[in-house]
Amino acid sequence: MSAIKVQNVWKEFDDQIVLENISFEIEPRAFLALVGPSGCGKTTFLRMLLGDEKPTRGVITLDGAPLQAEPDADRGVVFQRYSVFPHLTVLGNVALGPELEASPLLGRLFGARKREVEAAGRKLLESVGLGGAEDKYPTALSGGMQQRLALAQALMRRPKVLLLDEPFGALDPGIRSEMHDLMRCLWNETDLTVVMVTHDLSEAFRLATRVIAFERRRNRPEERERYGATIEKDIEVWPRRIPGAKPLNRSGRDDPADFGAEPGRPGIAMPEKTP
Amino acid sequence: MRLVNVKPDRAVLLVLGALPFALMAGAYVIGSALRLSENPNDKLLPALTTMANSFGRMAFVADPRTGDYLLWSDTLASLERLLAALAIVTVAALLIGIAMGLLPIIGALLRPFVAVASMVPPLALLPILFIVMGLGEASKIALIVIGSLPFLIRDLAMRVAELPREQLIKAQTLGASSWQIALRIVLPQMLPRLIDSVRLSLGPAWLFLIASEAIASDSGLGYRIFLVRRYLAMDVIIPYVAWITLLAIVSDAALVLLQRRAFPWFAVARAS
Repeated sequence: MSAIKVQNVWKEFDDQIVLENISFEIEPRAFLALVGPSGCGKTTFLRMLLGDEKPTRGVITLDGAPLQAEPDADRGVVFQRYSVFPHLTVLGNVALGPELEASPLLGRLFGARKREVEAAGRKLLESVGLGGAEDKYPTALSGGMQQRLALAQALMRRPKVLLLDEPFGALDPGIRSEMHDLMRCLWNETDLTVVMVTHDLSEAFRLATRVIAFERRRNRPEERERYGATIEKDIEVWPRRIPGAKPLNRSGRDDPADFGAEPGRPGIAMPEKTP
Repeated sequence: MRLVNVKPDRAVLLVLGALPFALMAGAYVIGSALRLSENPNDKLLPALTTMANSFGRMAFVADPRTGDYLLWSDTLASLERLLAALAIVTVAALLIGIAMGLLPIIGALLRPFVAVASMVPPLALLPILFIVMGLGEASKIALIVIGSLPFLIRDLAMRVAELPREQLIKAQTLGASSWQIALRIVLPQMLPRLIDSVRLSLGPAWLFLIASEAIASDSGLGYRIFLVRRYLAMDVIIPYVAWITLLAIVSDAALVLLQRRAFPWFAVARAS
Protein backbone atom coordinates (compact mmCIF):
# COMPACT_ATOMS: atom_id res chain seq x y z
CA MET A 1 0.00 0.00 0.00
CA SER A 2 2.29 2.67 -1.18
CA ALA A 3 1.77 5.95 -2.97
CA ILE A 4 4.38 7.30 -5.35
CA LYS A 5 4.49 10.97 -6.18
CA VAL A 6 6.44 12.25 -9.17
CA GLN A 7 7.06 15.99 -9.20
CA ASN A 8 8.50 17.90 -12.17
CA VAL A 9 10.98 15.20 -13.02
CA TRP A 10 13.47 15.79 -15.85
CA LYS A 11 16.09 13.37 -17.00
CA GLU A 12 19.01 14.42 -19.14
CA PHE A 13 22.04 12.46 -20.32
CA ASP A 14 24.63 15.14 -21.08
CA ASP A 15 22.92 17.36 -23.66
CA GLN A 16 20.24 14.86 -24.49
CA ILE A 17 16.94 15.53 -22.75
CA VAL A 18 15.14 12.22 -22.38
CA LEU A 19 12.19 13.07 -20.17
CA GLU A 20 10.81 16.48 -19.43
CA ASN A 21 8.55 17.77 -16.77
CA ILE A 22 6.87 14.56 -15.69
CA SER A 23 4.42 15.01 -12.81
CA PHE A 24 1.82 12.55 -11.61
CA GLU A 25 0.81 10.51 -8.63
CA ILE A 26 0.49 6.78 -8.42
CA GLU A 27 -2.21 5.96 -5.91
CA PRO A 28 -1.69 3.04 -3.52
CA ARG A 29 -2.67 -0.33 -5.00
CA ALA A 30 -2.60 1.03 -8.54
CA PHE A 31 -1.45 -1.15 -11.42
CA LEU A 32 0.18 1.37 -13.69
CA ALA A 33 1.25 0.51 -17.20
CA LEU A 34 3.81 2.77 -18.93
CA VAL A 35 3.63 2.57 -22.68
CA GLY A 36 5.24 4.45 -25.53
CA PRO A 37 7.39 4.01 -28.62
CA SER A 38 10.89 2.65 -28.10
CA GLY A 39 13.39 5.27 -27.02
CA CYS A 40 10.73 7.41 -25.33
CA GLY A 41 12.30 6.99 -21.90
CA LYS A 42 9.83 4.65 -20.26
CA THR A 43 12.54 2.28 -19.13
CA THR A 44 14.65 5.24 -17.98
CA PHE A 45 11.67 6.34 -15.91
CA LEU A 46 11.33 2.89 -14.38
CA ARG A 47 15.05 2.95 -13.55
CA MET A 48 14.50 6.22 -11.71
CA LEU A 49 11.68 4.63 -9.70
CA LEU A 50 14.08 1.78 -9.00
CA GLY A 51 16.85 4.10 -7.83
CA ASP A 52 19.26 2.94 -10.51
CA GLU A 53 19.12 6.37 -12.19
CA LYS A 54 18.71 9.74 -10.51
CA PRO A 55 16.34 12.40 -11.88
CA THR A 56 18.30 15.39 -13.19
CA ARG A 57 15.66 17.67 -11.74
CA GLY A 58 12.58 17.08 -9.67
CA VAL A 59 11.73 14.61 -6.92
CA ILE A 60 10.07 11.24 -6.65
CA THR A 61 8.65 10.36 -3.25
CA LEU A 62 7.49 7.01 -1.91
CA ASP A 63 4.96 7.40 0.92
CA GLY A 64 6.11 11.00 1.37
CA ALA A 65 9.82 10.29 1.67
CA PRO A 66 12.18 11.01 -1.23
CA LEU A 67 13.31 7.85 -2.99
CA GLN A 68 16.71 6.52 -2.02
CA ALA A 69 19.28 6.95 -4.76
CA GLU A 70 20.04 3.23 -4.92
CA PRO A 71 17.86 0.15 -5.23
CA ASP A 72 16.54 -1.22 -1.95
CA ALA A 73 14.18 -3.83 -0.59
CA ASP A 74 11.14 -1.50 -0.76
CA ARG A 75 11.09 -1.86 -4.52
CA GLY A 76 11.02 -5.31 -6.05
CA VAL A 77 11.86 -5.71 -9.71
CA VAL A 78 11.49 -8.17 -12.57
CA PHE A 79 13.41 -7.52 -15.78
CA GLN A 80 12.84 -9.08 -19.17
CA ARG A 81 15.95 -11.23 -18.69
CA TYR A 82 18.66 -11.98 -16.10
CA SER A 83 16.29 -11.53 -13.17
CA VAL A 84 17.19 -14.79 -11.46
CA PHE A 85 20.54 -16.13 -10.35
CA PRO A 86 21.84 -19.00 -12.49
CA HIS A 87 24.03 -20.44 -9.72
CA LEU A 88 21.17 -20.98 -7.28
CA THR A 89 18.44 -23.60 -7.51
CA VAL A 90 14.83 -22.47 -7.80
CA LEU A 91 14.40 -22.86 -4.05
CA GLY A 92 17.75 -21.14 -3.43
CA ASN A 93 16.59 -18.21 -5.56
CA VAL A 94 13.39 -17.61 -3.56
CA ALA A 95 15.14 -18.20 -0.24
CA LEU A 96 17.81 -15.61 -1.08
CA GLY A 97 15.84 -12.51 -0.06
CA PRO A 98 14.95 -13.68 3.48
CA GLU A 99 18.43 -15.14 3.91
CA LEU A 100 20.09 -11.84 3.05
CA GLU A 101 17.77 -10.03 5.42
CA ALA A 102 18.28 -12.35 8.36
CA SER A 103 22.02 -12.92 8.03
CA PRO A 104 23.99 -9.75 7.26
CA LEU A 105 27.39 -11.39 7.59
CA LEU A 106 27.09 -14.68 5.72
CA GLY A 107 23.89 -14.07 3.78
CA ARG A 108 22.94 -17.66 4.59
CA LEU A 109 20.72 -19.39 7.11
CA PHE A 110 21.21 -22.79 8.68
CA GLY A 111 19.16 -25.40 10.50
CA ALA A 112 15.65 -24.59 11.68
CA ARG A 113 15.59 -21.02 10.35
CA LYS A 114 16.68 -22.22 6.92
CA ARG A 115 13.94 -24.85 6.91
CA GLU A 116 11.41 -22.20 7.93
CA VAL A 117 12.41 -19.93 5.02
CA GLU A 118 12.42 -22.84 2.62
CA ALA A 119 8.97 -23.93 3.73
CA ALA A 120 7.62 -20.43 3.02
CA GLY A 121 9.47 -20.48 -0.30
CA ARG A 122 8.00 -23.84 -1.31
CA LYS A 123 4.49 -22.58 -0.56
CA LEU A 124 4.97 -19.48 -2.66
CA LEU A 125 6.55 -21.48 -5.51
CA GLU A 126 3.63 -23.89 -5.44
CA SER A 127 1.15 -21.02 -5.67
CA VAL A 128 2.87 -19.41 -8.67
CA GLY A 129 2.92 -22.75 -10.48
CA LEU A 130 6.51 -23.82 -9.83
CA GLY A 131 5.74 -26.76 -7.53
CA GLY A 132 8.09 -29.66 -8.23
CA ALA A 133 10.80 -27.50 -9.77
CA GLU A 134 12.43 -26.55 -6.46
CA ASP A 135 15.73 -28.32 -7.06
CA LYS A 136 16.23 -27.37 -10.70
CA TYR A 137 18.57 -24.65 -11.83
CA PRO A 138 16.94 -21.69 -13.62
CA THR A 139 18.64 -22.54 -16.92
CA ALA A 140 16.61 -25.77 -16.94
CA LEU A 141 13.36 -23.76 -16.82
CA SER A 142 11.45 -22.32 -19.78
CA GLY A 143 11.30 -18.54 -20.21
CA GLY A 144 7.83 -18.33 -18.66
CA MET A 145 8.88 -20.44 -15.69
CA GLN A 146 11.93 -18.24 -15.18
CA GLN A 147 9.70 -15.16 -15.03
CA ARG A 148 7.42 -16.91 -12.53
CA LEU A 149 10.50 -17.58 -10.46
CA ALA A 150 11.65 -13.97 -10.79
CA LEU A 151 8.24 -12.79 -9.55
CA ALA A 152 8.27 -15.23 -6.63
CA GLN A 153 11.81 -14.20 -5.72
CA ALA A 154 10.83 -10.54 -5.64
CA LEU A 155 7.67 -11.25 -3.61
CA MET A 156 9.58 -13.18 -0.93
CA ARG A 157 11.08 -9.93 0.31
CA ARG A 158 7.57 -8.35 0.54
CA PRO A 159 8.35 -5.12 -1.35
CA LYS A 160 6.01 -2.14 -1.22
CA VAL A 161 6.20 -1.55 -4.94
CA LEU A 162 6.74 -4.06 -7.73
CA LEU A 163 8.47 -2.73 -10.85
CA LEU A 164 8.26 -4.71 -14.07
CA ASP A 165 10.42 -3.90 -17.10
CA GLU A 166 8.78 -5.59 -20.11
CA PRO A 167 8.59 -8.77 -18.04
CA PHE A 168 6.63 -10.81 -20.59
CA GLY A 169 8.10 -9.28 -23.75
CA ALA A 170 10.26 -12.30 -24.61
CA LEU A 171 7.55 -14.93 -24.11
CA ASP A 172 5.37 -16.50 -26.78
CA PRO A 173 1.68 -15.51 -26.78
CA GLY A 174 0.24 -18.56 -25.01
CA ILE A 175 2.72 -18.38 -22.16
CA ARG A 176 2.27 -14.62 -22.04
CA SER A 177 -1.45 -14.90 -21.43
CA GLU A 178 -0.81 -17.45 -18.65
CA MET A 179 1.57 -14.95 -17.12
CA HIS A 180 -1.11 -12.25 -17.39
CA ASP A 181 -3.48 -14.44 -15.37
CA LEU A 182 -0.80 -14.99 -12.76
CA MET A 183 -0.02 -11.28 -12.66
CA ARG A 184 -3.66 -10.29 -12.14
CA CYS A 185 -3.97 -12.93 -9.46
CA LEU A 186 -0.92 -11.52 -7.78
CA TRP A 187 -2.15 -7.98 -7.90
CA ASN A 188 -5.58 -9.00 -6.62
CA GLU A 189 -4.31 -10.95 -3.68
CA THR A 190 -1.28 -9.06 -2.44
CA ASP A 191 -1.16 -5.42 -1.40
CA LEU A 192 1.34 -4.34 -4.02
CA THR A 193 1.49 -1.20 -6.07
CA VAL A 194 2.68 -2.29 -9.51
CA VAL A 195 4.38 -0.27 -12.24
CA MET A 196 4.92 -2.09 -15.51
CA VAL A 197 6.75 -0.91 -18.61
CA THR A 198 5.50 -2.56 -21.77
CA HIS A 199 5.38 -1.93 -25.49
CA ASP A 200 2.31 -4.13 -25.84
CA LEU A 201 -0.83 -1.98 -25.64
CA SER A 202 -3.23 -4.88 -25.27
CA GLU A 203 -1.18 -6.19 -22.39
CA ALA A 204 -1.31 -2.76 -20.77
CA PHE A 205 -5.09 -2.60 -21.01
CA ARG A 206 -5.60 -6.21 -19.94
CA LEU A 207 -3.71 -5.80 -16.71
CA ALA A 208 -3.53 -2.21 -15.59
CA THR A 209 -5.82 0.11 -13.70
CA ARG A 210 -4.22 3.05 -15.41
CA VAL A 211 -2.20 3.45 -18.58
CA ILE A 212 0.25 6.31 -19.09
CA ALA A 213 1.73 6.93 -22.51
CA PHE A 214 5.04 8.75 -22.92
CA GLU A 215 5.74 10.44 -26.21
CA ARG A 216 8.08 13.01 -27.67
CA ARG A 217 5.97 15.96 -28.76
CA ARG A 218 8.66 17.31 -31.00
CA ASN A 219 10.37 14.73 -33.08
CA ARG A 220 12.14 16.57 -35.90
CA PRO A 221 15.83 15.64 -36.05
CA GLU A 222 17.03 19.07 -35.00
CA GLU A 223 14.60 19.14 -32.09
CA ARG A 224 15.16 15.63 -30.90
CA GLU A 225 18.07 16.37 -28.60
CA ARG A 226 16.57 19.33 -26.78
CA TYR A 227 13.03 18.08 -26.30
CA GLY A 228 12.33 15.00 -24.22
CA ALA A 229 9.31 12.81 -23.96
CA THR A 230 6.49 13.71 -21.66
CA ILE A 231 3.11 12.33 -20.64
CA GLU A 232 0.94 12.22 -23.74
CA LYS A 233 -2.04 10.26 -22.45
CA ASP A 234 -3.15 9.32 -18.97
CA ILE A 235 -6.01 6.86 -19.22
CA GLU A 236 -7.91 5.27 -16.41
CA VAL A 237 -8.95 1.81 -17.51
CA TRP A 238 -12.71 1.37 -17.47
CA PRO A 239 -14.49 -0.54 -16.06
CA ARG A 240 -12.48 0.24 -13.04
CA ARG A 241 -10.48 -2.64 -11.65
CA ILE A 242 -10.66 -2.78 -7.90
CA PRO A 243 -8.15 -5.10 -6.29
CA GLY A 244 -9.73 -8.09 -4.65
CA ALA A 245 -13.25 -7.08 -5.69
CA LYS A 246 -15.56 -8.88 -8.05
CA PRO A 247 -15.90 -6.72 -11.15
CA LEU A 248 -19.43 -5.61 -12.07
CA ASN A 249 -19.29 -6.90 -15.60
CA ARG A 250 -17.11 -9.95 -15.57
CA SER A 251 -15.56 -10.70 -18.89
CA GLY A 252 -16.14 -14.42 -18.55
CA ARG A 253 -17.07 -16.77 -15.75
CA ASP A 254 -13.94 -18.80 -16.26
CA ASP A 255 -11.46 -15.99 -15.90
CA PRO A 256 -9.03 -17.63 -13.49
CA ALA A 257 -7.77 -14.30 -12.23
CA ASP A 258 -11.19 -13.12 -11.06
CA PHE A 259 -11.59 -13.16 -7.36
CA GLY A 260 -13.64 -16.16 -6.35
CA ALA A 261 -13.85 -17.48 -9.89
CA GLU A 262 -12.81 -20.89 -8.72
CA PRO A 263 -13.81 -21.50 -5.13
CA GLY A 264 -11.14 -23.40 -3.31
CA ARG A 265 -8.34 -22.31 -5.62
CA PRO A 266 -5.34 -21.61 -3.42
CA GLY A 267 -4.31 -17.99 -3.60
CA ILE A 268 -0.83 -16.54 -3.76
CA ALA A 269 0.96 -17.78 -0.64
CA MET A 270 2.86 -14.67 0.37
CA PRO A 271 5.38 -15.37 3.12
CA GLU A 272 4.54 -14.18 6.61
CA LYS A 273 6.71 -11.44 8.04
CA THR A 274 10.20 -12.64 7.19
CA PRO A 275 11.87 -14.47 10.08
CA MET B 1 30.13 -32.31 -51.82
CA ARG B 2 31.86 -29.24 -50.54
CA LEU B 3 34.75 -29.77 -48.16
CA VAL B 4 33.10 -27.57 -45.52
CA ASN B 5 30.20 -30.04 -45.34
CA VAL B 6 32.24 -33.23 -45.01
CA LYS B 7 31.87 -34.35 -41.42
CA PRO B 8 33.88 -37.39 -40.28
CA ASP B 9 32.00 -40.11 -38.39
CA ARG B 10 33.18 -41.54 -35.10
CA ALA B 11 35.70 -44.05 -36.40
CA VAL B 12 37.25 -41.60 -38.85
CA LEU B 13 37.35 -39.02 -36.08
CA LEU B 14 39.42 -41.35 -33.89
CA VAL B 15 41.77 -42.27 -36.71
CA LEU B 16 42.28 -38.64 -37.72
CA GLY B 17 42.95 -37.62 -34.13
CA ALA B 18 45.50 -40.41 -33.65
CA LEU B 19 47.23 -39.83 -36.99
CA PRO B 20 49.61 -36.99 -36.02
CA PHE B 21 50.70 -38.91 -32.92
CA ALA B 22 51.34 -42.04 -34.98
CA LEU B 23 53.26 -40.12 -37.65
CA MET B 24 55.41 -38.43 -35.03
CA ALA B 25 56.15 -41.71 -33.22
CA GLY B 26 56.83 -43.51 -36.48
CA ALA B 27 59.23 -40.81 -37.68
CA TYR B 28 61.08 -41.01 -34.38
CA VAL B 29 61.37 -44.79 -34.38
CA ILE B 30 62.63 -44.87 -37.97
CA GLY B 31 65.07 -42.01 -37.40
CA SER B 32 66.36 -43.58 -34.23
CA ALA B 33 66.81 -47.00 -35.86
CA LEU B 34 68.71 -45.45 -38.79
CA ARG B 35 71.08 -43.52 -36.58
CA LEU B 36 71.66 -46.45 -34.21
CA SER B 37 72.44 -48.82 -37.08
CA GLU B 38 75.18 -46.41 -38.15
CA ASN B 39 76.51 -45.81 -34.64
CA PRO B 40 75.25 -47.96 -31.74
CA ASN B 41 76.51 -45.34 -29.25
CA ASP B 42 74.47 -42.50 -30.75
CA LYS B 43 72.91 -40.42 -27.99
CA LEU B 44 70.70 -38.11 -29.99
CA LEU B 45 67.74 -40.37 -30.77
CA PRO B 46 67.85 -43.20 -28.20
CA ALA B 47 65.74 -46.30 -28.83
CA LEU B 48 62.42 -46.64 -27.04
CA THR B 49 63.81 -49.49 -24.93
CA THR B 50 66.76 -47.36 -23.81
CA MET B 51 64.39 -44.57 -22.77
CA ALA B 52 62.14 -47.03 -20.94
CA ASN B 53 65.16 -48.43 -19.10
CA SER B 54 66.42 -44.99 -18.13
CA PHE B 55 62.97 -43.89 -17.03
CA GLY B 56 62.64 -47.07 -14.97
CA ARG B 57 66.00 -46.38 -13.39
CA MET B 58 64.97 -42.83 -12.47
CA ALA B 59 61.69 -44.07 -11.03
CA PHE B 60 62.56 -47.33 -9.28
CA VAL B 61 66.29 -47.38 -8.51
CA ALA B 62 67.51 -45.24 -5.64
CA ASP B 63 70.16 -42.69 -6.55
CA PRO B 64 73.45 -44.05 -5.08
CA ARG B 65 74.53 -40.56 -3.87
CA THR B 66 71.36 -39.35 -2.14
CA GLY B 67 69.31 -42.53 -1.75
CA ASP B 68 66.32 -40.78 -3.38
CA TYR B 69 64.17 -42.12 -6.17
CA LEU B 70 64.95 -39.21 -8.43
CA LEU B 71 61.82 -39.11 -10.58
CA TRP B 72 59.58 -38.99 -7.55
CA SER B 73 61.66 -36.54 -5.56
CA ASP B 74 61.92 -34.28 -8.63
CA THR B 75 58.18 -34.51 -9.27
CA LEU B 76 57.38 -33.79 -5.64
CA ALA B 77 59.69 -30.78 -5.52
CA SER B 78 58.26 -29.32 -8.72
CA LEU B 79 54.63 -29.94 -7.80
CA GLU B 80 55.13 -28.40 -4.36
CA ARG B 81 56.37 -25.20 -5.96
CA LEU B 82 53.66 -25.20 -8.58
CA LEU B 83 50.81 -25.87 -6.17
CA ALA B 84 52.03 -23.36 -3.60
CA ALA B 85 52.25 -20.70 -6.30
CA LEU B 86 48.85 -21.59 -7.76
CA ALA B 87 47.24 -21.48 -4.32
CA ILE B 88 48.62 -17.98 -3.72
CA VAL B 89 47.65 -16.84 -7.20
CA THR B 90 44.10 -18.21 -6.98
CA VAL B 91 43.27 -16.65 -3.64
CA ALA B 92 44.87 -13.31 -4.50
CA ALA B 93 43.20 -13.17 -7.92
CA LEU B 94 39.80 -13.90 -6.40
CA LEU B 95 40.11 -11.20 -3.75
CA ILE B 96 41.63 -8.52 -5.96
CA GLY B 97 39.72 -9.40 -9.12
CA ILE B 98 36.31 -9.37 -7.48
CA ALA B 99 37.08 -6.16 -5.59
CA MET B 100 38.24 -4.50 -8.83
CA GLY B 101 35.30 -5.68 -10.88
CA LEU B 102 32.61 -4.98 -8.33
CA LEU B 103 33.78 -1.78 -6.62
CA PRO B 104 34.39 1.16 -8.98
CA ILE B 105 36.74 2.80 -6.47
CA ILE B 106 39.03 -0.23 -6.24
CA GLY B 107 38.83 -0.64 -10.01
CA ALA B 108 39.96 2.94 -10.55
CA LEU B 109 42.75 2.45 -8.01
CA LEU B 110 44.22 -0.79 -9.34
CA ARG B 111 43.31 -1.11 -13.03
CA PRO B 112 46.17 1.01 -14.45
CA PHE B 113 48.70 -0.55 -12.10
CA VAL B 114 47.70 -4.12 -12.91
CA ALA B 115 47.65 -3.30 -16.61
CA VAL B 116 51.24 -2.03 -16.46
CA ALA B 117 52.37 -4.87 -14.18
CA SER B 118 51.04 -7.45 -16.61
CA MET B 119 53.30 -6.03 -19.33
CA VAL B 120 56.53 -6.60 -17.37
CA PRO B 121 58.19 -9.75 -18.72
CA PRO B 122 58.35 -12.01 -15.64
CA LEU B 123 61.56 -13.77 -16.66
CA ALA B 124 63.31 -10.39 -16.78
CA LEU B 125 62.45 -10.06 -13.11
CA LEU B 126 64.04 -13.39 -12.22
CA PRO B 127 67.51 -11.93 -11.45
CA ILE B 128 65.88 -9.37 -9.16
CA LEU B 129 63.97 -12.14 -7.39
CA PHE B 130 67.15 -14.20 -6.95
CA ILE B 131 68.97 -11.17 -5.54
CA VAL B 132 66.17 -10.15 -3.22
CA MET B 133 64.78 -13.50 -2.13
CA GLY B 134 67.79 -15.75 -2.54
CA LEU B 135 68.01 -18.93 -4.56
CA GLY B 136 65.58 -20.93 -2.40
CA GLU B 137 61.97 -21.90 -2.90
CA ALA B 138 60.62 -18.39 -2.33
CA SER B 139 62.06 -16.89 -5.50
CA LYS B 140 60.76 -19.75 -7.67
CA ILE B 141 57.25 -19.51 -6.23
CA ALA B 142 57.41 -15.72 -6.55
CA LEU B 143 58.28 -15.98 -10.26
CA ILE B 144 55.23 -18.15 -10.97
CA VAL B 145 53.03 -15.81 -8.93
CA ILE B 146 54.30 -12.69 -10.66
CA GLY B 147 53.98 -14.40 -14.02
CA SER B 148 50.37 -15.53 -13.69
CA LEU B 149 48.73 -13.16 -11.21
CA PRO B 150 48.21 -10.05 -13.39
CA PHE B 151 46.54 -12.09 -16.12
CA LEU B 152 44.24 -13.83 -13.66
CA ILE B 153 43.31 -10.58 -11.91
CA ARG B 154 42.48 -8.81 -15.17
CA ASP B 155 40.56 -11.79 -16.45
CA LEU B 156 38.51 -12.11 -13.28
CA ALA B 157 37.79 -8.38 -13.03
CA MET B 158 36.48 -8.54 -16.60
CA ARG B 159 34.30 -11.56 -15.83
CA VAL B 160 32.81 -9.73 -12.84
CA ALA B 161 32.08 -6.71 -15.01
CA GLU B 162 30.42 -9.02 -17.55
CA LEU B 163 27.79 -10.18 -15.04
CA PRO B 164 24.46 -8.73 -16.19
CA ARG B 165 23.79 -5.47 -14.38
CA GLU B 166 20.26 -6.71 -13.82
CA GLN B 167 21.60 -9.34 -11.42
CA LEU B 168 23.33 -6.79 -9.23
CA ILE B 169 20.23 -4.58 -9.17
CA LYS B 170 18.00 -7.53 -8.40
CA ALA B 171 20.26 -8.47 -5.50
CA GLN B 172 20.00 -4.93 -4.14
CA THR B 173 16.20 -5.02 -4.36
CA LEU B 174 16.41 -8.18 -2.25
CA GLY B 175 18.23 -6.09 0.32
CA ALA B 176 21.79 -7.27 -0.32
CA SER B 177 24.69 -5.16 0.98
CA SER B 178 27.88 -4.78 -1.08
CA TRP B 179 29.47 -7.54 1.00
CA GLN B 180 26.51 -9.85 0.56
CA ILE B 181 26.51 -9.21 -3.20
CA ALA B 182 30.19 -10.17 -3.34
CA LEU B 183 29.69 -13.25 -1.17
CA ARG B 184 26.43 -14.70 -2.45
CA ILE B 185 26.13 -13.42 -6.02
CA VAL B 186 29.57 -12.69 -7.43
CA LEU B 187 31.93 -15.16 -5.72
CA PRO B 188 29.92 -18.32 -6.46
CA GLN B 189 29.58 -17.29 -10.10
CA MET B 190 33.29 -16.50 -10.38
CA LEU B 191 34.61 -19.83 -9.03
CA PRO B 192 33.85 -21.88 -12.17
CA ARG B 193 35.17 -19.07 -14.38
CA LEU B 194 38.31 -18.97 -12.26
CA ILE B 195 38.85 -22.66 -13.02
CA ASP B 196 38.81 -21.82 -16.73
CA SER B 197 41.39 -19.09 -16.23
CA VAL B 198 43.61 -21.29 -14.06
CA ARG B 199 43.56 -23.91 -16.81
CA LEU B 200 44.78 -21.30 -19.25
CA SER B 201 47.56 -20.16 -16.94
CA LEU B 202 48.83 -23.66 -16.20
CA GLY B 203 50.99 -23.49 -19.33
CA PRO B 204 52.78 -20.28 -18.36
CA ALA B 205 53.07 -21.54 -14.76
CA TRP B 206 55.00 -24.63 -15.93
CA LEU B 207 57.14 -22.43 -18.14
CA PHE B 208 58.16 -20.19 -15.24
CA LEU B 209 58.68 -23.20 -12.98
CA ILE B 210 61.04 -24.97 -15.39
CA ALA B 211 62.87 -21.73 -16.16
CA SER B 212 63.57 -20.96 -12.52
CA GLU B 213 64.54 -24.56 -11.78
CA ALA B 214 66.89 -24.61 -14.75
CA ILE B 215 68.73 -21.52 -13.60
CA ALA B 216 69.23 -22.16 -9.91
CA SER B 217 67.99 -25.22 -8.09
CA ASP B 218 69.04 -28.56 -6.65
CA SER B 219 65.87 -30.52 -7.33
CA GLY B 220 62.86 -30.53 -9.58
CA LEU B 221 61.91 -31.75 -13.04
CA GLY B 222 63.34 -28.68 -14.74
CA TYR B 223 66.57 -28.95 -12.77
CA ARG B 224 66.99 -32.60 -13.81
CA ILE B 225 66.58 -32.14 -17.54
CA PHE B 226 68.94 -29.19 -17.59
CA LEU B 227 71.44 -31.15 -15.48
CA VAL B 228 71.54 -34.27 -17.66
CA ARG B 229 71.68 -32.06 -20.78
CA ARG B 230 75.43 -31.80 -20.03
CA TYR B 231 75.79 -35.51 -20.79
CA LEU B 232 73.50 -35.38 -23.82
CA ALA B 233 71.28 -37.79 -21.89
CA MET B 234 68.35 -37.68 -24.29
CA ASP B 235 67.22 -41.03 -22.87
CA VAL B 236 66.34 -39.15 -19.66
CA ILE B 237 65.29 -35.80 -21.09
CA ILE B 238 62.69 -37.13 -23.54
CA PRO B 239 60.84 -39.30 -20.96
CA TYR B 240 60.97 -36.41 -18.49
CA VAL B 241 59.37 -34.07 -21.03
CA ALA B 242 56.68 -36.69 -21.68
CA TRP B 243 56.16 -37.04 -17.93
CA ILE B 244 55.79 -33.27 -17.48
CA THR B 245 53.31 -33.22 -20.35
CA LEU B 246 51.35 -36.03 -18.73
CA LEU B 247 51.25 -34.15 -15.42
CA ALA B 248 49.93 -31.06 -17.22
CA ILE B 249 47.25 -33.07 -19.04
CA VAL B 250 46.14 -34.77 -15.83
CA SER B 251 45.91 -31.51 -13.89
CA ASP B 252 43.94 -29.92 -16.72
CA ALA B 253 41.52 -32.85 -16.82
CA ALA B 254 41.18 -32.73 -13.03
CA LEU B 255 40.20 -29.06 -13.21
CA VAL B 256 37.61 -29.79 -15.92
CA LEU B 257 36.17 -32.58 -13.79
CA LEU B 258 36.09 -30.35 -10.71
CA GLN B 259 34.28 -27.66 -12.65
CA ARG B 260 31.69 -30.10 -13.93
CA ARG B 261 31.08 -31.74 -10.55
CA ALA B 262 31.17 -28.71 -8.28
CA PHE B 263 29.28 -26.30 -10.56
CA PRO B 264 26.66 -28.32 -12.43
CA TRP B 265 24.79 -25.13 -13.40
CA PHE B 266 27.75 -23.58 -15.14
CA ALA B 267 27.93 -25.47 -18.44
CA VAL B 268 24.38 -24.48 -19.42
CA ALA B 269 24.66 -20.96 -18.04
CA ARG B 270 27.81 -20.38 -20.07
CA ALA B 271 26.23 -21.67 -23.26
CA SER B 272 23.17 -19.41 -23.01
